[in-house]
Amino acid sequence: MNIVYVIEDSLTGLMTGGVYALIAVGIVFVFRATKVFNFAHGTVMMIGAYFYYTITVVLGDLGLGTWAIYVLGVPLTLLVSALFGAAIERIVMRPMLGQNPFAMIMVTIGLISVLEGSAAVIWSTNAKFPPALVGLNIDFVAGMAINRQMLASFLIAGIVFAAITVLFLKSKAGVAIRATASDQSTAYAMGINVPRVFSVTWMVAAGTGALAGVLLAPLNSLTPGLGQVGLSVIAVVILGGLDSVIGVLLAAFIVGWLEAMANHFLGGDFKEVVPYAVVLLIILIRPYGLLGTRDVERV
Amino acid sequence: MLIGDYKATYAADEAIFRSWPVRYGFAAMVAGLVLLPFAANSFIVFLATQVAIYTVAITGLNILTGYTGLISLGHGALVGVGAYATAILANWLGVPFWVVIPMAVAVTAGVGLMFGLPSLRIRGLYLTIATLAASFIIVFVIEHWGSVTNGDSGITLAPASVFGIDLVSDPQKYALIVPIAVLAVLFAQNLFRTRIGRAFIAIRDSDYSAEIIGVGLTRYKLLAFGLGSAYAGLAGSLWAYNFLALLPTQFELQLSIIFLAALVVGGSARTLGPVFGAVFVILIPEMLKWVFGFLTPFNPTIVEYTAPANTIAYGLLIIVFMIFEPMGLAAIWTRIWRYINLWPFSP
Repeated sequence: MNIVYVIEDSLTGLMTGGVYALIAVGIVFVFRATKVFNFAHGTVMMIGAYFYYTITVVLGDLGLGTWAIYVLGVPLTLLVSALFGAAIERIVMRPMLGQNPFAMIMVTIGLISVLEGSAAVIWSTNAKFPPALVGLNIDFVAGMAINRQMLASFLIAGIVFAAITVLFLKSKAGVAIRATASDQSTAYAMGINVPRVFSVTWMVAAGTGALAGVLLAPLNSLTPGLGQVGLSVIAVVILGGLDSVIGVLLAAFIVGWLEAMANHFLGGDFKEVVPYAVVLLIILIRPYGLLGTRDVERV
Repeated sequence: MLIGDYKATYAADEAIFRSWPVRYGFAAMVAGLVLLPFAANSFIVFLATQVAIYTVAITGLNILTGYTGLISLGHGALVGVGAYATAILANWLGVPFWVVIPMAVAVTAGVGLMFGLPSLRIRGLYLTIATLAASFIIVFVIEHWGSVTNGDSGITLAPASVFGIDLVSDPQKYALIVPIAVLAVLFAQNLFRTRIGRAFIAIRDSDYSAEIIGVGLTRYKLLAFGLGSAYAGLAGSLWAYNFLALLPTQFELQLSIIFLAALVVGGSARTLGPVFGAVFVILIPEMLKWVFGFLTPFNPTIVEYTAPANTIAYGLLIIVFMIFEPMGLAAIWTRIWRYINLWPFSP
């Protein structure tokens, strides 16, 4: 066993963790504002990646160069995905406003099936290979192979994550979201447009999700199954504490690293179950996560 | 016209079949089930058997999700545990099915409890996530514990045999599976006339209040989880004896979602809910196949869309019923009966 490979895999794991954080922040955002745990977030991300794929194909058909992917492709993807998120909120979640959490959870579970099936109908189940934002080259640093796209993903995810966090803490919309999260009816009474807050959180979640999809899809391939990543990111959310943004960042690195280590020492298949084993452990010993608020209801 | 539902005796209030339409309706249903294999072709008998298996599984989910209010995303995987336990025990021990089935049920209840245990003291969401994790871990174990489960290539078992006759044809399997399913549904119906069932409902409606009036929450939630898992195990056992060959991929998350869809569509917290739901989710693929068969002459490639179309249909059903008719088909059924009862003064 070579220690260099362990370090190399650790770095890969941490970089994947950055993207996980980007996915997880969407779940946390929606949960904080609307008290809905969105099981379908991964599939929303997958749809975002397909939007990106379609847009790049169209741009290619128009004969525009690679520059168009950066200037038009990514912004368009984010815009379309955000609108898509708003549409889901308006059509599916809005009628459920004020219902019990049971009904809300069931609806997001239903969404998983609808979105996955729709992706298979529209784009077929064959693997697609959308262009990577950065070449898929591998650089060697101190004898360790670093995947450029991964590094770039990590950096982009980090920047966006930081931006979202700052917005959440400082901007007017962020204050409105936090006000809605802490008390819906009081927020209403104080003149906050609560349905719009819901709309905005879904747009942000779908947008960040789509960005994660854009970063993830070129690394392996794009199939309707990409949404499954969203389910393993639930581990990140639970470990971080359902409502803590910083906790999620920490947890994303931990889960990413654990996955890479499982991959290194036990083999690739074991990587898939790591997040779920983590989930069970966390629920057993620390249900409020690393940095979550301690008001887990025990009955 | 039936004006009210007045009970004159305690016996009438406690009866399993509370009114004559229910009693005769049940008798008619049993008669129909007995006559079905003689009247229908073997494909319909096969579908009916599958409906029976799904009904058992969904009744288990109904106990857990519908009556006790704990959403499970691992029910499909637990059915897989039951099916695999059946196949493995039957192959290893070579004992008859009436010994294997209770053993498989016990194994599944044990596995279910193991995953439910950590989350039972915490409410709602965490249990759903724990069962989701359970779903992935169970399928992973089945796929990778090759020496026992035969891994990805699946497992086969010998057919159940009664008095030396192997049950291989569809009517024979129907004769084994459907009576067990009917008994299982009756047991569930009876359960909610007892202290335990009432405790489950109390927990669902308000767990704090339930605790205050003396329902031991941990104990009863555990019991609900064990019972739900046992039903999943029974369904898995019957599944194994019906198909005689199992693949790990059959029991992935998709199956759990189908069960939830069936429960929502049929009507949760109703005895008839799982029955309606099972019929519905079994018929959907058949109806879609029929529609696509009709469309194939116009567009030969449309057949490729059958599987995704099924997936979409299940998801849409959950969403549409959750928004427009959260009590499901069972509620519509009740409404129709009420309309007939009140005629000619129906609203």
